[in-house]
Amino acid sequence: MRRAVLITVPYLWLLALFLVPFLIVLKISLSDYALARPPYAPQLDWNEGWAGVRAFFSGLDIENFIFLTTDDLYWKAYLSSLRIALISTVVTLFVGYPVAYAMARAPHEWRPTLLMLVILPFWTSFLIRVYSWIGILSTEGVLNQFLMGIGVISEPLTILNTNWAVYIGIVYTYLPFMILPIYAALEKLDESLLEAAEDLGSTRFAAFWLVTIPLSRNGIIAGCFLVFIPTIGEFVIPSLLGGSDTLMIGKVLWEEFFSNRDWPVASAVAVVLLLILIIPIVLFQRSEEKAREAAK
Amino acid sequence: MAEPVFAPWNDPAAKPLIQFKGVTKRFGDFTAIDDLTQDIFECEFFALLGPSGCGKTTLMRMLAGFEEPTEGQILLDGRDIAHVPPNKRAVNMMFQSYALFPHLSVYDNIAFGLRREKKSKDEVHARVQEMLRLTRLERFAARKPHQISGGQRQRVALARSLAKAPKLLLLDEPLGALDRKLREETQFELMDIQEKTGTTFIIVTHDQEEAMTVATRVAVMNEGKIAQVSTPDVIYEAPNSVYVADFIGDVNLIRGTAKARPEAPEQAVETAVEQSPEPIPTPQPTPAAAPTAAQQTAPQPNDIGRVLHDRVLSPIFGKWIDDEQRRLPPPSKAEDSTPAPAPSPPPASVQPAEVKSAPDIPAGGLAIHWADGQPPVIAANGDPAMAGQSVVLSLRPEKVSIAKERPDAANTLRGKVIDIAYLGNISTYHVEIEGGTMIKAQAANTRRIARRDITWEDEVWLSFTATAGVVLMDA
Repeated sequence: MRRAVLITVPYLWLLALFLVPFLIVLKISLSDYALARPPYAPQLDWNEGWAGVRAFFSGLDIENFIFLTTDDLYWKAYLSSLRIALISTVVTLFVGYPVAYAMARAPHEWRPTLLMLVILPFWTSFLIRVYSWIGILSTEGVLNQFLMGIGVISEPLTILNTNWAVYIGIVYTYLPFMILPIYAALEKLDESLLEAAEDLGSTRFAAFWLVTIPLSRNGIIAGCFLVFIPTIGEFVIPSLLGGSDTLMIGKVLWEEFFSNRDWPVASAVAVVLLLILIIPIVLFQRSEEKAREAAK
Repeated sequence: MAEPVFAPWNDPAAKPLIQFKGVTKRFGDFTAIDDLTQDIFECEFFALLGPSGCGKTTLMRMLAGFEEPTEGQILLDGRDIAHVPPNKRAVNMMFQSYALFPHLSVYDNIAFGLRREKKSKDEVHARVQEMLRLTRLERFAARKPHQISGGQRQRVALARSLAKAPKLLLLDEPLGALDRKLREETQFELMDIQEKTGTTFIIVTHDQEEAMTVATRVAVMNEGKIAQVSTPDVIYEAPNSVYVADFIGDVNLIRGTAKARPEAPEQAVETAVEQSPEPIPTPQPTPAAAPTAAQQTAPQPNDIGRVLHDRVLSPIFGKWIDDEQRRLPPPSKAEDSTPAPAPSPPPASVQPAEVKSAPDIPAGGLAIHWADGQPPVIAANGDPAMAGQSVVLSLRPEKVSIAKERPDAANTLRGKVIDIAYLGNISTYHVEIEGGTMIKAQAANTRRIARRDITWEDEVWLSFTATAGVVLMDA
């Protein structure tokens, strides 16, 4: 009984805050644009009873999804988002893994402090932190002044309003989400496993590759998902740091909703984005399950 | 003739596989290994035994290559390996935690080392199969380490460390995680595998029973030094120090001052030789002057000899200097029954030997005065050179007999049973001797416990022979 209650509460929570909004978005994506308030049709009219429900459903179609395929803006935006998210995830992994490794190998008494330092940025507003990057990356910014001051460059670099700035912003923002799960996996790693690998003839590097990496695999996967999924729909970072040529689906979505006020198309964009994210995750989990079954 | 005993350490021509030469290891201010020199031979099963922190693990990690000695050399087959990294040594280690790779199957764990050698697939497969057979793990090859039992994991670890056919296998507390029964079985399995493969094994353990069971030689370590290296029986029966005696097994330590006993008079020499493993003690200058003289044509002793005779020896052997006849007449009945007889004024010394037992007590050795009001303890195997020094008699409980009646023995002590530890096959009796000293005695439970005649608070007699203990210098 108590267990049932324990399970019910989070389920209801997910139902209310995830499934219901998704159904609403799905419904809007199947509607048509209308000059009305709300700006789409048909509306479900309960007063007309059964006939109203039938009229409502007959008014739904997949026109908007077909529209998405006709304009190359959308699939270019999807591809570009995927590319940016993928590259950022890989970069975050390469930056985050050594940090997590160093933390996990640090003396015990230092670890809480190091962990604190990783979480510390969350104490200030995300927007402020992204804004401060404008100050760092702009032509007259801190970075350019520093580089010119030490004589590495003579002309200021144009970083702000390019994809470079977007990558820097994303890696900076999502780094803790990569570090924490990898750190959790590495901290549990028994050092004698590495000694055993060396004892059996591996070099240090081979031991790292054959033992440390496979054993931190779950942390790596979790970290990559935690970075990749929010990044692909990221809106704030590309709009603040990116340029006019930075094409990301989050920005497209925003423009459809607020500039064009075309809610049905915007909803269709959101639904497709969701599918793009969910399908690979489900496939991945299924293959994981199969691998686990095979091991037994 | 019996087949030759495996004892390369006694053979000056034998070439050691491992040589520690003045090896010292320091961690900051702490000296883990202190100027250690030791040879280990091929095919040995060498046990490093000691309490935690004695340096045994450090020594093993230096052999594996995880630690480098601060000073000195470690030779493997004559080659200095002190600074060779672990992956370049023909040495493998079985870790205390087993350190099995959790993401790899049993098969892949065993194959791990072979694959690093870039061997062909077939070679790897053949060798892994051989190891699986040796450790009886064929059925579990596809399992992951978390899917097998502790005993099986232990065998996987062993198979993995043996797969590369190392010259030397290091075992770090290999059986620590197993329960007692499995541990005992595994000990024999280990010995069996060691014999089959002919590999040299070095085992680190704090379990002395384990070390004694499996090892050809045991090194008892103390604070970075080897206190004694020898075969298990010598370590147990003839420890060279109080530390070793105390560390190995259960022991009674009786502290006291040693006094020399007279050399065996002619007729008695035989018995002394027979019973004492030590060479017949050579005559000592001062205290033993009298016995020396006595040994020749038994003339009159000097003053010291006289005192020695009167106060120490006559209660044991009876007087013999005054009356020519050494063999005293049989004791009177009265003397036999009363423990403190009138004729011997000094501390009711060793129960005035019913003289019929006198020939059973070898002469020579030491008498240890260990408490006022108690008879000295006779150790015929004591080195007379220790006379006058403070010494410790180390006496194993199983060599102390317990009886309700006063037995006929070289050393008898009277006391009260304070505690009985019933271990099933044997019982250990904790007996308080008058004066408060506790002595442990062991007796096999040959009768059912209900019929045991000694119980708590009983007055009992403890006895042991003149060669039961080992006399050691007090540290």
